[in-house]
Amino acid sequence: MKLPVTMTINGQSYSHEVEPRLLLVHHIRETVGLTGTHVGCDTSQCGACTILMNGQAVKACTLFAVQADGAQITTIEGMAKNGELHPIQQGFWEKHGLQCGFCTPGMIMAAAQMLERYPRPTEEQIRHQLEGNLCRCTGYHNIVKAIQWAAEHMAAGK
Amino acid sequence: MATASVERLIGKSIKRREDPRFITGRGSYVDDIKLPGATWAAFVRSPHAHARIRSIDTAAARKHPGVVAVYTGQDMTGVNSLPCGWDLRKEKNIPGVVQDLAMVPHMPLTADVARHVGDPVAVVIADSQAAAADAAEKVKVDWEVLTAVTSTERAAAGDAPQLHAGAPGNVAFRWEIGDGVATDAAFKSAPVTVKRRIVNQRLVANAMEPRACAARFDPATGELTLWVTSQNPHVHRLLMCAFVLGIPEHKVRVISPDVGGGFGSKIFLYNEEVVCSWASRQLQRPVRWTATRREAYLTDAHGRDHVTDAEIALSREGKILGLRVKTTANLGAYLSTFAPAVPTFLYGTLLNGVYAIGAIHCQVTGVFSNTTAVDAYRGAGRPEACYVLERIVEAGARALGMDVAELRKRNFIPKFADGFQTLVAVAYDSGDYGVALDKLLGMFDYKGFRAEQAAARQQGRLLGIGFSTYIEACSIAPSKVVGALGAGAGLYESGKVRVHPTGMVTVYTGSHSHGQGHETTFAQLVADELGLPVEQVEVVHGDTGAIPFGMGTYGSRSASVGGTALHMSVGKIKEKGKKIAAHLLEASPSDIEYVNGQFQVKGFPSKAVPFGAVSLTAYVPHNYPEGLEPGLEETSFYDPSNFCFPFGAHACVVEVDRETGQVKILKYLAVDDVGNVINPMIVDGMVHGGIAQGVGQALWEGAVYDDASGQLVTGSLMDYAVPKADMLPMYETERTVTPTPVNPLGVKGAGETGTIAATPAVVNAVVDALAPLGVDHIETMPLTAERVWTIMQTAKAAT
Ligand code: FES
Ligand code: FES
Repeated sequence: MKLPVTMTINGQSYSHEVEPRLLLVHHIRETVGLTGTHVGCDTSQCGACTILMNGQAVKACTLFAVQADGAQITTIEGMAKNGELHPIQQGFWEKHGLQCGFCTPGMIMAAAQMLERYPRPTEEQIRHQLEGNLCRCTGYHNIVKAIQWAAEHMAAGK
Repeated sequence: MATASVERLIGKSIKRREDPRFITGRGSYVDDIKLPGATWAAFVRSPHAHARIRSIDTAAARKHPGVVAVYTGQDMTGVNSLPCGWDLRKEKNIPGVVQDLAMVPHMPLTADVARHVGDPVAVVIADSQAAAADAAEKVKVDWEVLTAVTSTERAAAGDAPQLHAGAPGNVAFRWEIGDGVATDAAFKSAPVTVKRRIVNQRLVANAMEPRACAARFDPATGELTLWVTSQNPHVHRLLMCAFVLGIPEHKVRVISPDVGGGFGSKIFLYNEEVVCSWASRQLQRPVRWTATRREAYLTDAHGRDHVTDAEIALSREGKILGLRVKTTANLGAYLSTFAPAVPTFLYGTLLNGVYAIGAIHCQVTGVFSNTTAVDAYRGAGRPEACYVLERIVEAGARALGMDVAELRKRNFIPKFADGFQTLVAVAYDSGDYGVALDKLLGMFDYKGFRAEQAAARQQGRLLGIGFSTYIEACSIAPSKVVGALGAGAGLYESGKVRVHPTGMVTVYTGSHSHGQGHETTFAQLVADELGLPVEQVEVVHGDTGAIPFGMGTYGSRSASVGGTALHMSVGKIKEKGKKIAAHLLEASPSDIEYVNGQFQVKGFPSKAVPFGAVSLTAYVPHNYPEGLEPGLEETSFYDPSNFCFPFGAHACVVEVDRETGQVKILKYLAVDDVGNVINPMIVDGMVHGGIAQGVGQALWEGAVYDDASGQLVTGSLMDYAVPKADMLPMYETERTVTPTPVNPLGVKGAGETGTIAATPAVVNAVVDALAPLGVDHIETMPLTAERVWTIMQTAKAAT
């Protein structure tokens, strides 16, 4: 049995028939073909699959695709606008906030919501807010700096 | 036309050129690759740590909708064991062998006995990943469950169950290094000796990208393309073709695209890659597989797992007179690709550390157990050596009542620029160990800290500081040397520089980035040497179809070994360019020099031809030197003459919560000397990540097996504590620079220093913090709150 789902991803509407057990992350990666959202675990720990769904950062591996019916979704591919990097993306680049890049999309999406909640986060807030996102390469030092850079530039841009 | 740049690029923190694709979600990892008509493999794995296969019933799985094929080990006729690339045998004159390595077979799908939880016994291949997974559950294996042994200490005990007919008593090998007689003598006459058991627990690499592969056999051309998460695609191809599948190497192309971290775990040839490649040839369709995290825990090679008894002999003045080390190393159920090298030549040879030691003797026993195979994990043997030495040195200082920094200073090998012969075979390249510690002590007020610590103790607070003055061997490795030690491979690297007619440059390296930023560092290196803007240089790696050959990335070798190969090719390009320029300038080649991106008559910058004009002439050779080949492309293979030996000094300050046992890192300081640095930002990043992994081992990480059932208890990210952002501090990092004389770039290696240094620094700090409670040693990591709390309670009970 397949069920119809329609969702808007990065401003574009997608309608498909999917198995009810299909995870949202696999839907995004396999059905829709946006592979920037990654899968790093099977227990909802790593955060590599983090996306924005109706404005909230969620782990796309913990939802079924059918649960996202009617949702507005932003993935990492939707962060840059008109060829301009989002300040968080820029921050990760400027501050060397990534090495292998596998955790990076999830980190950036988690940071997007974090900076909405805390436009000028302290180091402690950043570290605490990243609790659901694992990085094995950077030791987090430069991820913290990247998010601080983004916060400063987003505040300046407002 | 190409433009010239005069700005030096080496030593600049230029932003990474690979980042735009990663930060926009356009990286291309193996699992991202789409292959039309692909099938998916799902592996049926042993749920038991040790069990004989009576029979396997695949009938129900075969009938499952979407299933294309089901194979067991018995179907894989003509397929050989996964090879172990390191031999330890007396007849091969490998030094130090006491008992020959038992080369036990490791079949891609085991057909007789499963020897660890997760050992694959069958594979289901289906049209979709879901169908393959569903059908795999329908494969029925009739198991005869056998007793299992997982503990390192018990694996070779007389009553332990036997894993392999070819390895009686589960002993894989016995090996030694150093001078037993001299060491015994040193201990006999020493006024102070300290003996400690030091356990280096088993770890899981946990690269964030799980392993994956996709094999596509093309029946029309007879070519097999394998996309695989590999740190060394050529090594994968060679091992698979020559040893396992017996297929022609030139008909196989291995592509390792973007790789999401490796830390050693993606060096090795694994069962799944072999099975998918073989099945793709059988089915003439693409076959792919991506590990779940659970599979990663059960099958990615683990790291460390040593139990060591270490003894140090000291004079009353704190001189290290002797070091005696006995280690049991758990290799797991099978021999992974480079497993025997890790607890032997990558371990024993580093026990001299940065100290002038009177005598050293180290004995190692490798054992098999019903656990996942153990192989190189970030640092590989060197962190284990550093951990033993830095822990026992501080234990010695405590026994003497001497300051831990002072004892180190009294024993440092004095500064040297070209060679120091250790007591354990290797000769260091260059070193200035005291300077690194001095610099570290200059980064904070050590005396002031000791006063603060004393005051805190008065209030019942537990503050501690721990040091680690480490050495590592990297730039792996001189082929002749490793060959004599048992390596089945040479460990040179290739580097090709292709100058295009317009003066644009593509470089091809056999090194392969899995996060290290090679596309930036190598472009920076080549652009600097050619005096070109970095935008004019592109780096290609990770594809056996594009690269001449390559040994890949591990052992902190890429910049030093891979970089030198590129440096050599650039040199050849310049030499040829001089001939072309001389012809155009009507001068003699010996009168031409290459300066700021142009070939000029020595001392006459106005009599010059730019790089771009020379490259164009090389491809449009109308006005061209007689007898010179057209084209401008050079390949070099660099085989280092020695390892390089980075070193440094780290310190960690902790506070232990008296009530909960929680360890909080208050400060982490590091001085690393990795020789010359090409991109400081990238090097700092690697140091940070290395420290995080070292701290992780000290405080939280550990692969735990239940010895009764043989189950991996920490088999998910829920159970295995990969450090999170809020568990770690900011790191204060500095550098000293002692260039290596081994290679012309003077670079050593930076990928593993942090991991090597951090673990003992943190544990030493906790021991120091607990000193007022009478604690003078901690045997086992990780120092979780529970373990520290228990140590505190035991100490209290004893007083
Ligand atoms: S894939 Fe790990 S949290 Fe979603
Ligand atoms: S950059 Fe590799 S896991 Fe974060």
